[in-house]
Amino acid sequence: MRRRLRRYGLAWAGAAIVLAWLLVALLAPWISPYPPNAVDVTQRLLLPSAAHWLGTDILGRDVLSRLLHGARISLLAGFSVVLLGAGIGTAIGILAAWLRGWGEEALMRLTDLVLCFPPIILALALAAALGIGTTNTIIAMLVVWWPKYARLARSLALVQRSQEYVEAATVLGLPQKRILLRHILPNIFGPIAVLCTLDLGIAILTFAGLSFLGLGVVPPAAEWGSMVSEGRELVEQWWVATFPGLAILTVVIGFNFLGDGLRDWLDPKAQR
Amino acid sequence: MTAILDIRDLVTVFHTDRGPVRAVDGVSFTIARGETLGIVGESGSGKSVTAQSIMRLLEPPARIEAGQVLFEGRDVLAMSQSELADWRGASAAMVFQDSLTGLNPVLRILPQVSEHVVAHGRMAPPAARRHGIDLLRRMGVASPERAAAAFPHQFSGGMRQRVMLAIGMANEPSLLIADEPTTALDVTIQAQILDLMAGLNEKFGTAIMLISHDLGVIGSLCRRIAVMYAGEVVETGPTAEVLADPRHPYAWALAHAVPRLDTPVTARLPSIEGMPPDPLAMPRGCRFAPRCAHRIARCDAEHPPLTEIAPGRSVRCWVTMDGRQLPPPSLPAAAAPPRATEAEAPLLEASDLIKHFPLPRKSLFAKPELVHAVNGVSLQVARGESLGIVGESGCGTSTLARLITRLHAPNAGNIRFQGQDITALGGEALRALRPRLQMVFQDPFASLNPRMRVGQILAEPLRVHGHAAPEERVAALLDMVGLNPAWAARFPHEFSGGQRQRISIARALALDPALIVADEPVSALDVNVQAQVLNLMLELRARLGLAFLFIAHDLAVVRAFCDRVAVMYLGRFVEEAPAAELFATPAHPYTVALLSAVPEPGQRRIVLGGEPPSSLRLPQGCAFRARCPVARPICAEPPPLVEIAPGRRVLCHAPGSLQKPR
Repeated sequence: MRRRLRRYGLAWAGAAIVLAWLLVALLAPWISPYPPNAVDVTQRLLLPSAAHWLGTDILGRDVLSRLLHGARISLLAGFSVVLLGAGIGTAIGILAAWLRGWGEEALMRLTDLVLCFPPIILALALAAALGIGTTNTIIAMLVVWWPKYARLARSLALVQRSQEYVEAATVLGLPQKRILLRHILPNIFGPIAVLCTLDLGIAILTFAGLSFLGLGVVPPAAEWGSMVSEGRELVEQWWVATFPGLAILTVVIGFNFLGDGLRDWLDPKAQR
Repeated sequence: MTAILDIRDLVTVFHTDRGPVRAVDGVSFTIARGETLGIVGESGSGKSVTAQSIMRLLEPPARIEAGQVLFEGRDVLAMSQSELADWRGASAAMVFQDSLTGLNPVLRILPQVSEHVVAHGRMAPPAARRHGIDLLRRMGVASPERAAAAFPHQFSGGMRQRVMLAIGMANEPSLLIADEPTTALDVTIQAQILDLMAGLNEKFGTAIMLISHDLGVIGSLCRRIAVMYAGEVVETGPTAEVLADPRHPYAWALAHAVPRLDTPVTARLPSIEGMPPDPLAMPRGCRFAPRCAHRIARCDAEHPPLTEIAPGRSVRCWVTMDGRQLPPPSLPAAAAPPRATEAEAPLLEASDLIKHFPLPRKSLFAKPELVHAVNGVSLQVARGESLGIVGESGCGTSTLARLITRLHAPNAGNIRFQGQDITALGGEALRALRPRLQMVFQDPFASLNPRMRVGQILAEPLRVHGHAAPEERVAALLDMVGLNPAWAARFPHEFSGGQRQRISIARALALDPALIVADEPVSALDVNVQAQVLNLMLELRARLGLAFLFIAHDLAVVRAFCDRVAVMYLGRFVEEAPAAELFATPAHPYTVALLSAVPEPGQRRIVLGGEPPSSLRLPQGCAFRARCPVARPICAEPPPLVEIAPGRRVLCHAPGSLQKPR
């Protein structure tokens, strides 16, 4: 029992952090002490105190309330980018593995083409072209997000495709679509789910990064990246940038621990 | 004779999450200087763990908890790490089964052979290099100077196993432990390696401890044998005596479960039902009692000790410890399956099948090289008939199976099934054909989708092809292959290899096929399980009137199952004959050599030199010429297909010129 706890202790910690943030995002309107966008210039840049646990920002908005509401946008953006990206990428990857020949070449070279660009720069350019806004930023991120899933799904599907159970399914006269969806897909799901979990932290970080650079959310909406950005020049008022930064840090760490644990748990070789 | 290795009450325990598993439980045996001891047992019986315990190669969660390992009087279990390093590879060496992972892929051959000669301070590097090349030559590696500079992946499995033996023998150890050294090899290559090991034992006086699941392999090399079951030695004695007159019921079953070249064609094999005991909950009495046909009341209550019944023979059994013998096996031959009438058109007819695969181009402008997998095979299978196809790895049998089932399309040739030309069938027409033409695969672990329950696996083809009430059919199918219908809710990983192969067979039967192509269906199974599955297939064949195309590398297995046999070499049939005739009077020199290479006690071997030629460049003339002991100048011409008797075809210039050794 103790060995199992040690092996999965970090994973449980990660799961707890992630779960806590999910709850926060869900309950933000009810647990926030103030409305997130309530400007009060008389209360600007107050130190953390009993009235404002994490202080106030340059417009006198409560940092804690903005932080809690920010969790909604960050997590929503992270989940939509990763889940949609994984969906698109996996579909393309499996298709490539199944088609072989020219179809595979075309799909994989397209994947390579996107992978050629530095992802943040490409997303930045796309987001700037599409215009500021959460949806546009998510779309821009999606464009650079799917290729790694396509690569992974293709290599996993190629391995499964050469397994005898796929040949057996063919000999039984099952339709190709069914073989792809019912036989190959469930067998490559594990590693993709692990990548998704590890990736969520990165997606949230990237989204925050884009917001920090002025893309992403439309002000005055509360978002961690833009909050850090707003506090960037306030060296004396450290709390304005530090707390949203810590929020990003914990959520990324949480997803990483969870993903690592998931990987160990799904790896049959790690089990005894 | 003094004992070189003396093991006393060795206990090795794996501390798993579910509890301690006593993998080796009180094992004792000795090996005298220059002796050969074989250890036999099914997978999980603890034979490999015993070897690893002797070499102290185990890592947590495994721990040696009790006992002594005395090597020339020194206690191995008490050695420090540096003493161990001095001892291993110098006085005792080990050869592993998998020669691909046993060699370091990024180092050239010679450094791997000579490295530990230098490390043990036996020789200076230049002398060690000369010694290494000399060793490779003595192990029968062709052109050793060139081989020394090669990398492991450039070698075949047989050659790599020779290199492994060269590494093992480099410091002239007094004990060589070989763990399934020939299991991954073809019969003719296996014969070469066994010969080589017998030579090492004779010339250098090296004691050999050979671990194998194959009684034939052990019988042809070892003078003494120890049979292991569930972590214990259950019988030891001189090999010949134990094989002729086994006294432990498990040894008895092992000795009789192996199909032999002299068993009658399509006879049922004795097998023991059930599975080895759960290592977490060993029975209190005899560990074999739950599966034993000779059980008496005492067996369930008390654990039998290893008792000496004759000088040098011990057995762990309450029934035979007073010197009684076990009766010979008596099992009725399977009923003859319904045979097609002469006039009936064959169920399956293939003519001049050719299949080659292009390799990836080496450079942009290079012509792609072709692997010539199947080079002109013609065959016929009648309704209810079983045609066996025998060949070593790489000779094209698996490709042929996939051509017949139309997983691949042939490059040339023609396939007719039930009167329909299926050579170029595709799409819906091919799917409509599938139910009548099924396949059973080799690997019971890869051929079932691990994410589906057994019930789903069996019901899926029924649903797709529009059968009503698949649930009832699934239950009937499981029952037919001897599995509990309630197990339909389980996942494949909850079953043993033999049970999984039964599920595979049930899946192939689901759609009521007329022909089943079985690609090495029992080669991945333990002998006892192999006998169970073969018996099941024989029974189903008789009951359902199925025709089989049965592919195997094991001649004895083919003999046990097939009416007619074809021998394949480099993509062609070299001989085709009724099974009984082929085994009695083989005509092609390759068939003769193949038959003689089957490891059976007392069998005289014709050891073929060399290895099958590459299928990249087909040789001119007879493909077997380079290895043929009776090759003559005319063999440079393509050999004719001669019909030497009705139904007996041989691809040879001089059929019958090589005789079976007596």
